[in-house]
Amino acid sequence: MASTEIIGWFADIGLHDRPHVGGKGGSLGELQRAGIAVPAGFVVKTGAFERFVRALEQDAPVRARIESLDPDDLGAVTACCKEIRARVEGAQLPDDVLQETSAAHTALCEKHSAAPVAVRSSATTEDAIDASFAGLQDTYLWVTDLAQTLHKVRSCWASLYSVESVTYRRRKALPEDGVAMAVVIQRMVNARTAGVMFTRSPVTGDRSVITIEGAWGLGSAVVGGEVTPDRWVLGKITGEISVREISEKLIQHVPAAGGGTESIPVAPELLEAPCMSDAELQALRDIGRSVERHYGRAQDIEWAVDRDTQQILLLQSRPETVWSAKDADPVARAASDPLSHVMSIFGGRR
Amino acid sequence: MKAPEKSTGFPLPSSLQVVPGTERAQAAYPYHTQFSKGDDQRFWFYNSMHFPEPMSAFDMVTAEAAYCALGAANTRVHCLPTTLGIDHRIINGRVYIGGNAVTDPAEIARRTEEFQKRAFYYYANWERLYAQWKEKMKALIQSAQALPKPQLPEFEPLANVHAGKGVAANHFLLDTYQKTLEGYFRMWHHHFEFLLLGYGAYLTFFGFCKKAFPEITDQTIARMVAGIEAEIFRPDDELRRLARRAVELGVDAKFREGVPAEEIIKTLEQAGKPGREWLEELQASRDPWFNINVGDGFYHYHRAWNDDLSMPFAGLPEYMRRVRAGESLERPVQKLQAERRQLIQDYRELLGSDDERAAYDQMITLAHRVFPYVEGHKFYCEHWYTNLFFNKIREFGGLLSANGFFPDAEDVFHLTHYELKTAIIDLMSAWSNGSAPRGPDYWPRIVAERKAAIREWARHETPPALGPVPEVIDDPAIVMLWGITRESLDAWLSASGDADGKEVRGFAASSGVVEGPARIVKSVEEIARLQKGDILVCQVTNPTWAPIFQKIVGAVSDIGGSMSHAAIVAREYGLPAVVGTGNATSRIKDGQRIRVDGGRGVVTIL
Repeated sequence: MASTEIIGWFADIGLHDRPHVGGKGGSLGELQRAGIAVPAGFVVKTGAFERFVRALEQDAPVRARIESLDPDDLGAVTACCKEIRARVEGAQLPDDVLQETSAAHTALCEKHSAAPVAVRSSATTEDAIDASFAGLQDTYLWVTDLAQTLHKVRSCWASLYSVESVTYRRRKALPEDGVAMAVVIQRMVNARTAGVMFTRSPVTGDRSVITIEGAWGLGSAVVGGEVTPDRWVLGKITGEISVREISEKLIQHVPAAGGGTESIPVAPELLEAPCMSDAELQALRDIGRSVERHYGRAQDIEWAVDRDTQQILLLQSRPETVWSAKDADPVARAASDPLSHVMSIFGGRR
Repeated sequence: MKAPEKSTGFPLPSSLQVVPGTERAQAAYPYHTQFSKGDDQRFWFYNSMHFPEPMSAFDMVTAEAAYCALGAANTRVHCLPTTLGIDHRIINGRVYIGGNAVTDPAEIARRTEEFQKRAFYYYANWERLYAQWKEKMKALIQSAQALPKPQLPEFEPLANVHAGKGVAANHFLLDTYQKTLEGYFRMWHHHFEFLLLGYGAYLTFFGFCKKAFPEITDQTIARMVAGIEAEIFRPDDELRRLARRAVELGVDAKFREGVPAEEIIKTLEQAGKPGREWLEELQASRDPWFNINVGDGFYHYHRAWNDDLSMPFAGLPEYMRRVRAGESLERPVQKLQAERRQLIQDYRELLGSDDERAAYDQMITLAHRVFPYVEGHKFYCEHWYTNLFFNKIREFGGLLSANGFFPDAEDVFHLTHYELKTAIIDLMSAWSNGSAPRGPDYWPRIVAERKAAIREWARHETPPALGPVPEVIDDPAIVMLWGITRESLDAWLSASGDADGKEVRGFAASSGVVEGPARIVKSVEEIARLQKGDILVCQVTNPTWAPIFQKIVGAVSDIGGSMSHAAIVAREYGLPAVVGTGNATSRIKDGQRIRVDGGRGVVTIL
């Protein structure tokens, strides 16, 4: 199925499409094009959102109303946001958006119409703070039918009209015309193990190690801090595993019978068993190196191992920001007399 | 009762008791090595790295000779800015050492100026000076080899008389003995001629890597610097060659596990031309490459391959099996070199800026320049020369025991080198005046007493350190050679309560995790006990043990750092290894199942 102004398949998009597919969507497309396995999916682009808002505006103004708000009048902002969110969540999708999204969903799920998908907001803004208000956390897992999927798309859009997000935009006096939201729809991975990977040490900023944390089941348990994950530190270049901390992993997140996820206890024999084999850790390290090389900078990555195929898939990758911002003075500089470096050892207390 | 506070310090030297009943053996050590009152003010640590077992009276010569030379190099030759030499004391057969730091800033500045005139000259002219060093060492080895076997004929040979030699045979006992001793003291000066400078250049690069890559493992840095064609690999290379030759010559069936080396050699002598040809090949390998001893060269009983072929021969059957299976036993030198280049390049790319990369290049260039010496000197000094030295003393032991001084030639090592001179002069006098030597009435009791003392001392633990803990260890020699830092002292102070724990910690030497039965191997005689799949647990590992690394699945040692040759060999064999545990051979029991985590430096008793 071809990509359009409304739908963008991962294979057809990359980071430069960010204005239309958002950061998350662009990153997943970029990964797939770089040869990294990600769960199949597509993006409901900002073109769809634009069409939707245009239709909404025909009934009653949306953007003009937001722009008229005083950010200090919390009561008015709250009331207005509540109303607009209700309209977004309740409105019909324009025909072309409905058709194309439904067709893409069917193509994605192939024969299994009830194949579970994840619906995730993908903000277009470059502004990290705004992005975090505008529903970066809006991820709906294990959505099992088309109607639900379409509903969650509108929920993602609605998150643009949260009180925090609107207040922030008003304070900055940003034009509402530029505000848009893309939505990622991708196949769920029924993860045997999932977690995060840092291609630069979160503890020391060391660029030569890869830190991997993981636990049984879906990654939400690790990301949400509900389980103490196993932790490994690997030499990025050598693959040497210098740290192995195997934790008691009491719970895991699994798909719930009626859609969504649930937390269940881990089987006794798996409680203190490592959730990744050494071979899998090395494979993950290779993936981390490829992604880092592709982007030219350290990455924070979410990953999962498919329970059925045992394949490692990346769910997300974003640039590391904490240590990159700290990089300052070089550890040492070239000396006019190369021998003078030895004074760091022989010269006494420094 | 209130628990004693941690980190207040170690026991004072004056509180350390000579084990009752061993007082006379203790008194044999020179007066200047006995602890005295003033020593309570200073910090001392037990040199378990070089002297892990109680030292016999003669073997103490190594402490004397080595510290004389180390101190001269640091204090007077290269003038290290912040440190002078090392003092040593002996109690219960254990060697304690203490540094002499320079703390006055004006004095440090003065010494820094001297240091740069001296040390920098060495760095700048390293290859030439090292080539010259090898020639000096070879000449020294030759003169030691040329020393005659000590013997006393009944009459002076007629030829000597007719030649007008004018000096009789007994004088040459003293002459040979003094030359032997002189050569050993001189050898240690050669040993330290480059050593601190070499380690310093290596540690400069090491320190840079630790700052640039805070989580890099020691062994990765070691792999970037370690040589691939160092002399220390040659003995094992020779064994592989001999295994290949045996298969080519069709005599490999004569090598069977458990058959003593002497018997195999006898069989080969009778196996016609191919057998003799292999024995010639063996001879070519033995000189000089089997002049490697099974320890670190600091104990007379660490015998060389040449003196005890059981170690090298133990590895041959397995090598031959691999040759027959079509394996090439050649070390893939080019592949290893390419891997090392790649490793250096990959880490270089990770650096944060071109500034850092330029500094990295300068430091690793110097580290590579010095490292052939750091790796190579041991073969010449601690192995080749030391073997010659102890064997020459052994010859004196043979002569003295033949004259009734003590029952066994090996007993000579229970005399100090001062006493040995006395005993030799006793024998010289007796030979000259025709009367019986006095030694046979004098030495047997003393030898028996000292043997008993060593057994007794070995049964007693000794504190890892003595005296007040210094605020900071700023002595590059102590940090470099012994790896002692303020952090490691704190670890010692807090470790005392953990003796019953299931974990034994050491240096991460070669990564990987393995489980298996522990085989405690304390001497070369015990290597035959190693079965395929065992984990070797020993006091010192050493490149001479390389042939048995093909049998084992992991290695643990009491002594050694991540740059020790054992660690290098383990990495080449891809075996998990933890070295420098301090006490693995006493805490782990033979046959116990253990887990070795070579990446973390932890051994767990299961």
